[in-house]
Amino acid sequence: MGNKKTIIVFSGDLDRAMAAFIIATGAAAMGDDVTMFFTFWGLNILRKAKKVQVKKDFLERIFGIMMPRGPEKLGLSKMNFGGLGAKMMRYIMKKKNVNTLTELMENAQAMGVKIIACTMSMDVMGIRKEELIDGIDFAGVATYLGEADEANMNLFI
Amino acid sequence: MAEIKIDAKFLQCPGPIVQLFNAVKSSQSGDIIVVEATDHGFYKDVQAWCKKTGNELVSLIDGDVIVAKVRKA
Repeated sequence: MGNKKTIIVFSGDLDRAMAAFIIATGAAAMGDDVTMFFTFWGLNILRKAKKVQVKKDFLERIFGIMMPRGPEKLGLSKMNFGGLGAKMMRYIMKKKNVNTLTELMENAQAMGVKIIACTMSMDVMGIRKEELIDGIDFAGVATYLGEADEANMNLFI
Repeated sequence: MAEIKIDAKFLQCPGPIVQLFNAVKSSQSGDIIVVEATDHGFYKDVQAWCKKTGNELVSLIDGDVIVAKVRKA
């Protein structure tokens, strides 16, 4: 019956993130266990929209300001045009009744999709646990590989 | 045995199969779940979903509104 799927989300692009979460919720609806491992730019997808007060050094602060804070702020991988493309895409998707990325993420979590944030990337990019959405795990590559060993599909997005 | 109706019209992928999954999860073995969807992909998706999850596809009608009848295993 149920298999396991793992998805590495490396990209922080809106379109790619949506693809990842559609596959994840779809797999969960097929009865599969799904683990998503967020690393590098993918971590931005998990950031809370609101600024969280945490201690950071200068570079970490700059990094934090330059990177998008959460699913509503992501750009497109193609035709972004400084965010205009992403706005247009969001508008069209809303008109066509496609779930927003935020909704997809909530659905995925409600369906038991496991979300893991890469602690090494968090450290490099100066992202603290408090800045990321609730209900997620924090781990490294060994955890991902352990999950991947048991899975019959592993994607890198 | 109950018959549960799911209105998944105007939901985009993966909305309809998520709705179906949730309905099947919260129903009893032998229950019939009727899903109405407008996403064209659902016609093929519901077949794949039933094959994978082992629930029985009792009937499937194509059209502007796709109607699938599924019996929970």
